Amino acid sequence: MASAEEVAKAAERRDIRDRWLLSAPALLIIFLAATGPLLIVLVYSLLTPGPYGDVKWQFSPEAWISVFMERDIFDDTLSVAAAHVTIFWRSIKLAIVTTLATLALGFPTAYFMATRSEKTRDLWLFLITIPFWTNLLIRTFAVLQIIRNEGLINTVLLKLGIISAPIQILFTDTAILIGMAYVYLPLMVLPIYASMEKLDFRLVEAGYDLYATRFQVLRRIIFPLVKPGVIAGSILVFIPALGAYVTPILLGGGKTMMLSNLIEMQFGQGRNWPLGSALSIAVMIIVMVALLAYVRNAGRSEMRHG
Amino acid sequence: MPDQPGKSAIEVRGVRKVFGTGDAQVAALDTVSVSIRENEFFTLLGPSGCGKTTLLRLIAGFDFPSEGEILLHGHDIAPLPPFKRPVNTVFQSYALFPHMTVAENIGFGLEMLGKPKTEIKARVAEMLKLVKMEALSARRTSQISGGQQQRVALARALAPQPKVLLLDEPLSALDYKLRKEMQIELKRLQHQTGITFIFVTHDQEEALTMSDRIAVMSAGKILQVGTPWDIYDRPAERFVADFIGETNFLTAAITGIGNGKARATLKSGVTIDATVAEGFQPKANATLVVRPEHAKLTGGKGDLSGTVENIVYFGTDTHIHVQLDSGEAFTVRQQNTRSAGCGFERGDKVGVSIGNDAAQVLRD
Repeated sequence: MASAEEVAKAAERRDIRDRWLLSAPALLIIFLAATGPLLIVLVYSLLTPGPYGDVKWQFSPEAWISVFMERDIFDDTLSVAAAHVTIFWRSIKLAIVTTLATLALGFPTAYFMATRSEKTRDLWLFLITIPFWTNLLIRTFAVLQIIRNEGLINTVLLKLGIISAPIQILFTDTAILIGMAYVYLPLMVLPIYASMEKLDFRLVEAGYDLYATRFQVLRRIIFPLVKPGVIAGSILVFIPALGAYVTPILLGGGKTMMLSNLIEMQFGQGRNWPLGSALSIAVMIIVMVALLAYVRNAGRSEMRHG
Repeated sequence: MPDQPGKSAIEVRGVRKVFGTGDAQVAALDTVSVSIRENEFFTLLGPSGCGKTTLLRLIAGFDFPSEGEILLHGHDIAPLPPFKRPVNTVFQSYALFPHMTVAENIGFGLEMLGKPKTEIKARVAEMLKLVKMEALSARRTSQISGGQQQRVALARALAPQPKVLLLDEPLSALDYKLRKEMQIELKRLQHQTGITFIFVTHDQEEALTMSDRIAVMSAGKILQVGTPWDIYDRPAERFVADFIGETNFLTAAITGIGNGKARATLKSGVTIDATVAEGFQPKANATLVVRPEHAKLTGGKGDLSGTVENIVYFGTDTHIHVQLDSGEAFTVRQQNTRSAGCGFERGDKVGVSIGNDAAQVLRD
């Protein structure tokens, strides 16, 4: 009996060792390519900026102070860095609105796809992934072509006589939102579709059978069951949207500064690598805190409903 | 079966359901008419693909008929969406909501009807008691067994007090013993609630034991509607006789018809009396059906003669397969006793005597 137990234990040990060995390459890459650079950024954020960029290897908390504080040039007193707060808030707002817009567009799209026949579903899935084949910059320029004053929308509206002068869409917040929603839509559709495809549509029929209207079925049955997909999609859209760089610059005309521009500036003209590093880490912390709160809250409400 | 308007809970009138378009068109239901009475345990019986589930889905409102009317207590419900029909369904897969507890599942229909919370609570408690699931009301539906899920599905469908309860092969996923238990349970629930049950199954035994009336379906048509006794003893068509129970088919010449009876001359030359199926069109040769337990083997001469081919022991009875001299096959079922064997052996020359009132002339 004891030997059988030992054999089982040895097998289990072997099993665990094999698992570590198999995941070692992935773990190594994650460490070298993600954690390593992050540590460098963290270290840089605690150093003194060099006069021509780069850093001086001398500890300084100044970068972290300047993330949200401003030092008066004359008397060295600290005040809230209104500009930074505005930029943070603007980026967060844009990410939230983008997430909501892609959710509003992506949820019905995913539902539509999941309710097609098996063969057509694959076709739709294929169509959704087509934008990924093209470079982001080119896709953004394509949007620009459509919404500019001489672009598709304005030309058609003018020809139809609906408007007498072109509508200024390009270089407005609307333009940024259109571009962002377009770019990030697939990231919302795919996870929701993945959940929706697994949804047992007999549950939907059962809902109708039990006197639930279409809206009630959506709210009480479909939505709770595809919520994991909605959460995944929201995270996938929110995070890159927060750091979006190309789209706001091109479609917003660079008039309004976003987080990404602010950070980029510190490594460019600003020549303040520690501040750029500190800003990057600050954004990461904000995202992580927001995500943890979101996921915990979602989990709780799940249990309440459960 | 004469219609009794006003008395029927569900009346299906000339309903056709066509799926697909153009050349790929398939008629899942081909002009079906049937009247289901109030407080009746009515069964739609047939092999898979016969259209029984399609008919149930039309009554539930998940699909809409291509042609025809479906009346519920005299009102046409065919164009109504499912949530506007006072009809509930027990699904084959149960379709319980996995994100809700047992109690929340049962209360869902009442909640959607906008009933007050106190009423819902009381009704859910009542339903839990009815299906003996009080102890598990707070469980998730994934944490209970198949038989328990079945009970919850029943309670959920019964809670809003529907006029008609539709059951789509609800017992097919259960093992044999549990199925037997649930059959009795279903009969009890139907009796207790007084709700009209429309039950879909492909299991002929289930249909015979549970139903007040049965509609036998094949290829999108209802072939016969009647009590289990009607269906078993007076099948109208070959398909019905063959689908339900074991049967012997004999070809006979019809020599006279009158009063629902026919004189049929068998290939052996013997003439017997037989009942005639409804809708029988007079013709020279017809098919007779005789159930194996309604015939007897004799050592000497009978209505038919042949040779014993095979003897199969079943515990309660023995099936004796006889090759008739006319070339037809015939099976006789003989009740077993403890003391004696069946009294015949393979190769024996035997006679088969067909009991009085044992034969029925089919219409096809």
